[in-house]
Amino acid sequence: MGKTPAHGEISLDVLDIDCREATEQIEASIKTTVLKRFRKRGAVVGISGGIDSSVVATLCVRALGAEQVCLLLMPEGESASSDESTKLGRLLAESLGIEARLEDITSVLEGTDCYARRDEALREVIPNYGPGWKSKIVLPSVIDSDRFRIFSVVARSPEGEEVKARLRPQSYLGIVAATNFKQRTRKMMEYYHADRLNFAVAGTPNLLEYDQGFFVKGGDGLADFKPIAHLYKSQVYQLAAYLEVPEEIRSRPPTTDTYSLPQSQEEFYFSLPYDRMDLCLWARNHGVAAVDVGRALDLSEEQVERVYRDIDSKRRMAVYLHSQALLSGAPDGEAD
Amino acid sequence: MDLNEILKKVREHVVESFVLEDEEEFSNDQSFLDTGLIDSTGILEVIGFLEDEFEIAIEDDEMIPDHLDSVEKIARFVHRKQDE
Repeated sequence: MGKTPAHGEISLDVLDIDCREATEQIEASIKTTVLKRFRKRGAVVGISGGIDSSVVATLCVRALGAEQVCLLLMPEGESASSDESTKLGRLLAESLGIEARLEDITSVLEGTDCYARRDEALREVIPNYGPGWKSKIVLPSVIDSDRFRIFSVVARSPEGEEVKARLRPQSYLGIVAATNFKQRTRKMMEYYHADRLNFAVAGTPNLLEYDQGFFVKGGDGLADFKPIAHLYKSQVYQLAAYLEVPEEIRSRPPTTDTYSLPQSQEEFYFSLPYDRMDLCLWARNHGVAAVDVGRALDLSEEQVERVYRDIDSKRRMAVYLHSQALLSGAPDGEAD
Repeated sequence: MDLNEILKKVREHVVESFVLEDEEEFSNDQSFLDTGLIDSTGILEVIGFLEDEFEIAIEDDEMIPDHLDSVEKIARFVHRKQDE
Protein backbone atom coordinates (compact mmCIF):
# COMPACT_ATOMS: atom_id res chain seq x y z
CA MET A 1 0.00 0.00 0.00
CA GLY A 2 1.33 3.49 -0.78
CA LYS A 3 3.66 4.62 -3.55
CA THR A 4 7.31 3.70 -3.83
CA PRO A 5 9.43 6.86 -3.94
CA ALA A 6 12.35 7.44 -6.27
CA HIS A 7 15.72 6.82 -4.62
CA GLY A 8 16.58 9.58 -2.18
CA GLU A 9 13.19 11.25 -2.42
CA ILE A 10 10.38 10.84 0.05
CA SER A 11 7.19 12.76 0.81
CA LEU A 12 3.90 12.26 2.61
CA ASP A 13 2.49 10.94 -0.70
CA VAL A 14 4.03 7.54 0.06
CA LEU A 15 1.19 7.06 2.55
CA ASP A 16 -1.57 7.59 -0.02
CA ILE A 17 -3.90 4.60 -0.36
CA ASP A 18 -6.72 3.50 -2.63
CA CYS A 19 -9.54 3.96 -0.09
CA ARG A 20 -12.15 1.99 -2.02
CA GLU A 21 -9.86 -1.00 -2.31
CA ALA A 22 -8.77 -0.77 1.34
CA THR A 23 -12.38 -0.52 2.52
CA GLU A 24 -13.51 -3.53 0.49
CA GLN A 25 -10.61 -5.60 1.74
CA ILE A 26 -11.26 -4.72 5.41
CA GLU A 27 -15.00 -5.27 5.14
CA ALA A 28 -14.47 -8.72 3.64
CA SER A 29 -11.98 -9.54 6.38
CA ILE A 30 -14.36 -8.40 9.16
CA LYS A 31 -17.17 -10.55 7.75
CA THR A 32 -14.98 -13.64 7.44
CA THR A 33 -13.35 -13.18 10.83
CA VAL A 34 -16.44 -12.40 12.90
CA LEU A 35 -19.10 -14.52 11.22
CA LYS A 36 -17.19 -17.51 9.89
CA ARG A 37 -14.03 -17.86 11.92
CA PHE A 38 -15.34 -16.77 15.33
CA ARG A 39 -18.99 -17.71 14.62
CA LYS A 40 -20.15 -14.55 16.38
CA ARG A 41 -23.21 -12.56 15.39
CA GLY A 42 -21.76 -9.07 15.39
CA ALA A 43 -19.22 -6.66 16.85
CA VAL A 44 -18.86 -4.41 19.89
CA VAL A 45 -16.93 -1.18 19.34
CA GLY A 46 -15.98 1.21 22.12
CA ILE A 47 -16.15 4.68 20.60
CA SER A 48 -14.34 7.75 21.88
CA GLY A 49 -15.25 10.37 19.30
CA GLY A 50 -11.72 9.90 17.92
CA ILE A 51 -10.79 9.06 14.38
CA ASP A 52 -9.73 5.43 14.90
CA SER A 53 -12.79 4.15 16.73
CA SER A 54 -15.04 6.10 14.34
CA VAL A 55 -13.49 4.43 11.31
CA VAL A 56 -13.61 0.98 12.92
CA ALA A 57 -17.28 1.46 13.88
CA THR A 58 -18.13 2.58 10.35
CA LEU A 59 -16.31 -0.36 8.78
CA CYS A 60 -18.08 -2.79 11.13
CA VAL A 61 -21.48 -1.33 10.25
CA ARG A 62 -20.71 -1.59 6.53
CA ALA A 63 -19.47 -5.17 6.91
CA LEU A 64 -22.03 -6.56 9.36
CA GLY A 65 -25.02 -4.20 9.24
CA ALA A 66 -26.12 -1.63 11.81
CA GLU A 67 -28.20 -4.17 13.77
CA GLN A 68 -25.14 -6.30 14.32
CA VAL A 69 -22.95 -3.57 15.81
CA CYS A 70 -23.06 -2.41 19.43
CA LEU A 71 -21.46 1.01 19.97
CA LEU A 72 -20.38 1.88 23.51
CA LEU A 73 -19.64 5.30 24.92
CA MET A 74 -17.68 4.96 28.16
CA PRO A 75 -16.96 8.36 29.68
CA GLU A 76 -15.51 8.83 33.16
CA GLY A 77 -15.79 11.64 35.63
CA GLU A 78 -12.51 13.43 35.29
CA SER A 79 -11.00 12.99 31.81
CA ALA A 80 -10.46 16.39 30.22
CA SER A 81 -12.09 15.29 26.98
CA SER A 82 -14.97 13.10 28.25
CA ASP A 83 -17.80 15.51 27.37
CA GLU A 84 -16.40 16.21 23.92
CA SER A 85 -15.82 12.48 23.36
CA THR A 86 -19.41 11.65 24.27
CA LYS A 87 -20.78 14.40 22.04
CA LEU A 88 -18.73 13.29 19.04
CA GLY A 89 -19.45 9.62 19.74
CA ARG A 90 -23.17 10.34 19.63
CA LEU A 91 -22.69 12.27 16.41
CA LEU A 92 -20.97 9.26 14.86
CA ALA A 93 -23.66 6.86 16.07
CA GLU A 94 -26.36 9.11 14.59
CA SER A 95 -24.54 9.20 11.26
CA LEU A 96 -24.51 5.38 11.28
CA GLY A 97 -28.17 5.10 12.29
CA ILE A 98 -27.40 3.43 15.63
CA GLU A 99 -28.11 4.47 19.19
CA ALA A 100 -24.86 4.29 21.13
CA ARG A 101 -25.12 2.80 24.58
CA LEU A 102 -23.76 4.94 27.41
CA GLU A 103 -21.78 3.23 30.16
CA ASP A 104 -20.36 5.77 32.59
CA ILE A 105 -17.36 4.00 34.15
CA THR A 106 -16.77 6.55 36.95
CA SER A 107 -18.32 4.42 39.69
CA VAL A 108 -16.28 1.37 38.65
CA LEU A 109 -13.13 3.47 38.77
CA GLU A 110 -14.09 4.79 42.19
CA GLY A 111 -14.77 1.24 43.33
CA THR A 112 -11.27 0.16 42.34
CA ASP A 113 -9.76 3.28 43.96
CA CYS A 114 -8.30 4.25 40.59
CA TYR A 115 -8.34 7.97 41.38
CA ALA A 116 -7.21 7.57 45.01
CA ARG A 117 -4.31 5.31 44.02
CA ARG A 118 -3.28 7.69 41.24
CA ASP A 119 -3.43 10.70 43.59
CA GLU A 120 -1.37 8.90 46.20
CA ALA A 121 1.35 8.23 43.59
CA LEU A 122 1.17 11.88 42.50
CA ARG A 123 1.65 13.09 46.07
CA GLU A 124 5.08 11.44 46.11
CA VAL A 125 6.26 14.28 43.85
CA ILE A 126 3.59 16.95 44.50
CA PRO A 127 2.81 16.59 48.23
CA ASN A 128 -0.27 18.86 48.30
CA TYR A 129 -1.97 17.21 45.28
CA GLY A 130 -5.60 16.51 46.22
CA PRO A 131 -9.26 17.11 45.37
CA GLY A 132 -9.80 19.67 42.63
CA TRP A 133 -6.30 19.28 41.18
CA LYS A 134 -5.79 18.17 37.59
CA SER A 135 -2.75 16.57 36.02
CA LYS A 136 -1.09 14.92 33.07
CA ILE A 137 2.20 13.16 32.34
CA VAL A 138 4.50 14.71 29.74
CA LEU A 139 7.77 13.88 27.97
CA PRO A 140 10.31 16.33 26.52
CA SER A 141 10.55 16.57 22.75
CA VAL A 142 12.92 14.28 20.89
CA ILE A 143 13.31 16.96 18.26
CA ASP A 144 14.46 19.84 20.45
CA SER A 145 17.40 18.17 22.19
CA ASP A 146 19.17 14.85 22.66
CA ARG A 147 18.14 14.73 26.33
CA PHE A 148 16.86 11.42 27.61
CA ARG A 149 13.08 11.44 27.59
CA ILE A 150 12.25 11.57 31.28
CA PHE A 151 8.61 11.63 32.37
CA SER A 152 7.34 14.66 34.29
CA VAL A 153 3.96 15.43 35.76
CA VAL A 154 2.24 18.74 35.11
CA ALA A 155 -0.42 19.54 37.71
CA ARG A 156 -2.81 22.45 38.16
CA SER A 157 -4.21 23.39 41.57
CA PRO A 158 -7.88 24.39 42.03
CA GLU A 159 -6.62 28.00 42.21
CA GLY A 160 -5.03 27.65 38.77
CA GLU A 161 -1.39 27.43 39.83
CA GLU A 162 0.56 25.09 37.52
CA VAL A 163 3.50 23.03 38.77
CA LYS A 164 5.79 20.64 36.93
CA ALA A 165 7.82 17.93 38.66
CA ARG A 166 10.05 15.18 37.37
CA LEU A 167 8.67 11.78 38.29
CA ARG A 168 10.44 9.31 40.49
CA PRO A 169 10.30 5.73 39.14
CA GLN A 170 7.81 4.47 41.72
CA SER A 171 5.48 7.44 41.31
CA TYR A 172 5.56 7.15 37.51
CA LEU A 173 4.77 3.44 37.64
CA GLY A 174 2.08 4.05 40.28
CA ILE A 175 0.35 6.73 38.20
CA VAL A 176 0.40 4.63 35.04
CA ALA A 177 -0.76 1.51 36.87
CA ALA A 178 -3.71 3.40 38.38
CA THR A 179 -4.77 5.17 35.18
CA ASN A 180 -4.59 1.85 33.31
CA PHE A 181 -7.77 0.95 35.25
CA LYS A 182 -9.54 3.24 32.79
CA GLN A 183 -8.63 1.29 29.65
CA ARG A 184 -9.11 -2.04 31.38
CA THR A 185 -12.52 -1.08 32.76
CA ARG A 186 -13.65 -0.01 29.30
CA LYS A 187 -12.51 -3.34 27.91
CA MET A 188 -14.30 -5.24 30.65
CA MET A 189 -17.49 -3.39 29.70
CA GLU A 190 -16.99 -4.19 26.00
CA TYR A 191 -16.66 -7.89 26.79
CA TYR A 192 -19.74 -7.80 29.00
CA HIS A 193 -21.79 -6.64 26.04
CA ALA A 194 -19.98 -8.97 23.64
CA ASP A 195 -20.82 -11.95 25.86
CA ARG A 196 -24.42 -10.79 26.29
CA LEU A 197 -24.96 -10.38 22.57
CA ASN A 198 -22.72 -13.20 21.32
CA PHE A 199 -20.64 -10.58 19.52
CA ALA A 200 -16.85 -10.19 19.08
CA VAL A 201 -14.90 -7.16 20.29
CA ALA A 202 -13.26 -4.88 17.74
CA GLY A 203 -9.95 -3.23 18.61
CA THR A 204 -9.24 0.23 17.30
CA PRO A 205 -5.45 0.74 17.15
CA ASN A 206 -3.85 2.08 13.99
CA LEU A 207 -0.44 0.88 12.82
CA LEU A 208 1.45 3.66 14.59
CA GLU A 209 -0.12 2.79 17.94
CA TYR A 210 0.07 -0.96 17.39
CA ASP A 211 3.70 -0.94 16.27
CA GLN A 212 4.89 1.48 18.95
CA GLY A 213 3.01 -0.10 21.85
CA PHE A 214 0.74 2.86 22.52
CA PHE A 215 -1.88 0.82 24.32
CA VAL A 216 -2.58 -0.84 27.65
CA LYS A 217 -2.10 -4.58 27.79
CA GLY A 218 -5.44 -6.13 28.74
CA GLY A 219 -7.02 -2.71 28.10
CA ASP A 220 -7.34 -1.05 24.73
CA GLY A 221 -4.75 -3.57 23.48
CA LEU A 222 -7.20 -6.42 23.99
CA ALA A 223 -9.64 -7.34 21.23
CA ASP A 224 -10.80 -10.22 19.03
CA PHE A 225 -9.93 -8.44 15.79
CA LYS A 226 -8.14 -5.20 14.87
CA PRO A 227 -9.33 -4.00 11.47
CA ILE A 228 -7.09 -0.94 11.03
CA ALA A 229 -3.89 -2.04 12.78
CA HIS A 230 -2.18 -2.30 9.37
CA LEU A 231 -2.93 1.36 8.48
CA TYR A 232 -0.81 4.38 9.38
CA LYS A 233 -2.75 7.09 11.19
CA SER A 234 -2.76 9.35 8.13
CA GLN A 235 -4.23 6.47 6.13
CA VAL A 236 -6.99 6.14 8.74
CA TYR A 237 -7.77 9.83 8.12
CA GLN A 238 -7.96 9.13 4.37
CA LEU A 239 -10.40 6.28 5.03
CA ALA A 240 -12.42 8.50 7.37
CA ALA A 241 -12.90 11.03 4.58
CA TYR A 242 -13.82 8.28 2.10
CA LEU A 243 -16.30 6.77 4.60
CA GLU A 244 -17.78 10.22 5.27
CA VAL A 245 -17.09 10.17 8.99
CA PRO A 246 -18.48 13.49 10.33
CA GLU A 247 -16.13 16.41 9.74
CA GLU A 248 -16.09 17.40 13.44
CA ILE A 249 -14.51 14.04 14.25
CA ARG A 250 -12.02 14.25 11.40
CA SER A 251 -10.86 17.71 12.45
CA ARG A 252 -10.45 16.91 16.15
CA PRO A 253 -6.79 16.73 17.27
CA PRO A 254 -5.90 13.26 18.65
CA THR A 255 -5.87 13.09 22.47
CA THR A 256 -5.07 10.37 24.99
CA ASP A 257 -8.46 10.72 26.75
CA THR A 258 -6.81 9.51 29.95
CA TYR A 259 -5.64 12.43 32.08
CA SER A 260 -7.56 15.27 33.70
CA LEU A 261 -5.55 17.99 31.94
CA PRO A 262 -5.76 18.10 28.13
CA GLN A 263 -2.91 16.04 26.69
CA SER A 264 -1.79 15.51 23.12
CA GLN A 265 -0.43 12.12 22.04
CA GLU A 266 2.99 13.59 21.21
CA GLU A 267 3.26 15.13 24.69
CA PHE A 268 2.93 11.71 26.25
CA TYR A 269 4.25 9.24 23.74
CA PHE A 270 5.13 10.03 20.15
CA SER A 271 8.04 12.20 19.04
CA LEU A 272 6.13 14.18 16.42
CA PRO A 273 2.57 14.98 15.31
CA TYR A 274 1.01 11.89 13.74
CA ASP A 275 1.48 12.69 10.03
CA ARG A 276 5.20 13.36 10.48
CA MET A 277 5.52 10.40 12.84
CA ASP A 278 3.83 8.20 10.23
CA LEU A 279 6.37 9.20 7.62
CA CYS A 280 9.28 8.50 9.97
CA LEU A 281 7.89 5.08 10.85
CA TRP A 282 7.25 4.30 7.17
CA ALA A 283 10.79 5.41 6.34
CA ARG A 284 12.25 3.33 9.19
CA ASN A 285 10.33 0.30 7.92
CA HIS A 286 11.54 0.87 4.35
CA GLY A 287 15.21 1.54 5.15
CA VAL A 288 15.12 5.20 4.07
CA ALA A 289 18.15 7.22 5.17
CA ALA A 290 17.53 9.79 7.93
CA VAL A 291 18.89 12.56 5.74
CA ASP A 292 16.18 11.94 3.10
CA VAL A 293 13.40 11.94 5.70
CA GLY A 294 14.85 15.10 7.19
CA ARG A 295 14.68 16.82 3.82
CA ALA A 296 10.97 15.95 3.50
CA LEU A 297 10.08 17.02 7.04
CA ASP A 298 12.42 20.00 7.39
CA LEU A 299 14.37 18.26 10.15
CA SER A 300 18.10 17.67 10.47
CA GLU A 301 19.58 14.23 9.90
CA GLU A 302 20.46 14.14 13.60
CA GLN A 303 16.86 14.88 14.63
CA VAL A 304 15.52 12.08 12.43
CA GLU A 305 18.16 9.72 13.84
CA ARG A 306 16.80 10.52 17.31
CA VAL A 307 13.26 9.76 16.14
CA TYR A 308 14.51 6.47 14.65
CA ARG A 309 16.16 5.62 17.95
CA ASP A 310 12.92 6.40 19.78
CA ILE A 311 10.98 4.16 17.35
CA ASP A 312 13.41 1.29 17.99
CA SER A 313 13.26 1.80 21.73
CA LYS A 314 9.45 1.74 21.80
CA ARG A 315 9.45 -1.40 19.65
CA ARG A 316 11.62 -3.14 22.21
CA MET A 317 9.16 -2.17 24.97
CA ALA A 318 6.23 -3.29 22.81
CA VAL A 319 7.53 -6.88 22.69
CA TYR A 320 6.08 -7.48 26.15
CA LEU A 321 2.84 -5.69 25.31
CA HIS A 322 2.28 -7.81 22.21
CA SER A 323 3.25 -11.08 23.86
CA GLN A 324 0.56 -13.64 24.63
CA ALA A 325 0.89 -15.57 27.88
CA LEU A 326 3.81 -17.95 27.40
CA LEU A 327 3.53 -21.53 28.55
CA SER A 328 6.73 -21.12 30.48
CA GLY A 329 6.73 -24.62 31.90
CA ALA A 330 6.72 -26.24 28.46
CA PRO A 331 9.91 -26.68 26.36
CA ASP A 332 10.49 -23.46 24.32
CA GLY A 333 7.43 -21.95 25.97
CA GLU A 334 5.14 -23.79 23.54
CA ALA A 335 2.36 -26.29 24.13
CA ASP A 336 2.39 -29.57 22.19
CA MET B 1 34.13 8.80 46.78
CA ASP B 2 36.79 8.03 44.17
CA LEU B 3 36.02 7.31 40.54
CA ASN B 4 36.68 3.57 40.73
CA GLU B 5 34.36 3.14 43.69
CA ILE B 6 31.60 5.04 41.89
CA LEU B 7 32.19 2.96 38.77
CA LYS B 8 31.89 -0.26 40.78
CA LYS B 9 28.62 0.80 42.45
CA VAL B 10 27.05 1.97 39.18
CA ARG B 11 28.07 -1.19 37.37
CA GLU B 12 26.68 -3.39 40.15
CA HIS B 13 23.40 -1.53 40.03
CA VAL B 14 23.04 -1.71 36.24
CA VAL B 15 23.93 -5.40 36.14
CA GLU B 16 21.50 -6.21 38.92
CA SER B 17 18.62 -4.01 37.75
CA PHE B 18 18.71 -4.83 34.07
CA VAL B 19 19.37 -8.55 34.47
CA LEU B 20 22.53 -8.96 32.47
CA GLU B 21 23.16 -12.66 32.08
CA ASP B 22 26.54 -12.28 30.37
CA GLU B 23 27.99 -9.91 32.88
CA GLU B 24 31.56 -10.51 31.68
CA GLU B 25 30.60 -9.38 28.18
CA PHE B 26 29.04 -6.14 29.40
CA SER B 27 31.67 -3.42 29.14
CA ASN B 28 31.63 -0.18 31.05
CA ASP B 29 31.76 1.89 27.87
CA GLN B 30 28.81 0.07 26.26
CA SER B 31 26.14 2.54 25.12
CA PHE B 32 22.71 2.03 26.71
CA LEU B 33 21.05 3.73 23.75
CA ASP B 34 22.86 1.81 21.00
CA THR B 35 22.28 -1.55 22.67
CA GLY B 36 18.75 -0.75 23.83
CA LEU B 37 19.65 -2.00 27.28
CA ILE B 38 17.71 0.63 29.22
CA ASP B 39 14.30 1.98 28.24
CA SER B 40 12.63 5.23 29.35
CA THR B 41 11.39 3.71 32.62
CA GLY B 42 14.86 2.25 33.17
CA ILE B 43 16.63 5.59 32.79
CA LEU B 44 14.16 7.09 35.27
CA GLU B 45 15.17 4.35 37.67
CA VAL B 46 18.91 4.91 37.06
CA ILE B 47 18.55 8.64 37.77
CA GLY B 48 16.62 7.91 40.97
CA PHE B 49 19.39 5.52 42.05
CA LEU B 50 22.16 8.05 41.34
CA GLU B 51 20.40 10.83 43.25
CA ASP B 52 19.76 8.62 46.27
CA GLU B 53 23.02 6.67 46.37
CA PHE B 54 25.40 9.55 45.69
CA GLU B 55 23.27 12.33 47.19
CA ILE B 56 23.39 14.51 44.10
CA ALA B 57 20.64 16.44 42.31
CA ILE B 58 20.54 15.91 38.55
CA GLU B 59 19.02 18.80 36.59
CA ASP B 60 16.85 18.23 33.51
CA ASP B 61 19.44 19.68 31.15
CA GLU B 62 22.07 17.30 32.53
CA MET B 63 20.14 14.21 31.41
CA ILE B 64 22.03 13.82 28.18
CA PRO B 65 23.81 10.82 26.65
CA ASP B 66 27.23 12.40 27.34
CA HIS B 67 26.48 12.01 31.05
CA LEU B 68 24.29 8.93 31.28
CA ASP B 69 24.73 6.64 28.29
CA SER B 70 27.20 4.12 29.78
CA VAL B 71 28.52 3.01 33.14
CA GLU B 72 31.76 4.88 32.49
CA LYS B 73 30.02 8.12 31.49
CA ILE B 74 27.75 7.95 34.53
CA ALA B 75 30.71 7.38 36.87
CA ARG B 76 32.63 10.36 35.47
CA PHE B 77 29.49 12.53 35.65
CA VAL B 78 28.75 11.56 39.26
CA HIS B 79 32.37 12.13 40.21
CA ARG B 80 32.25 15.66 38.76
CA LYS B 81 28.90 16.37 40.45
CA GLN B 82 30.26 15.34 43.84
CA ASP B 83 33.05 17.86 43.45
CA GLU B 84 30.61 20.72 42.82
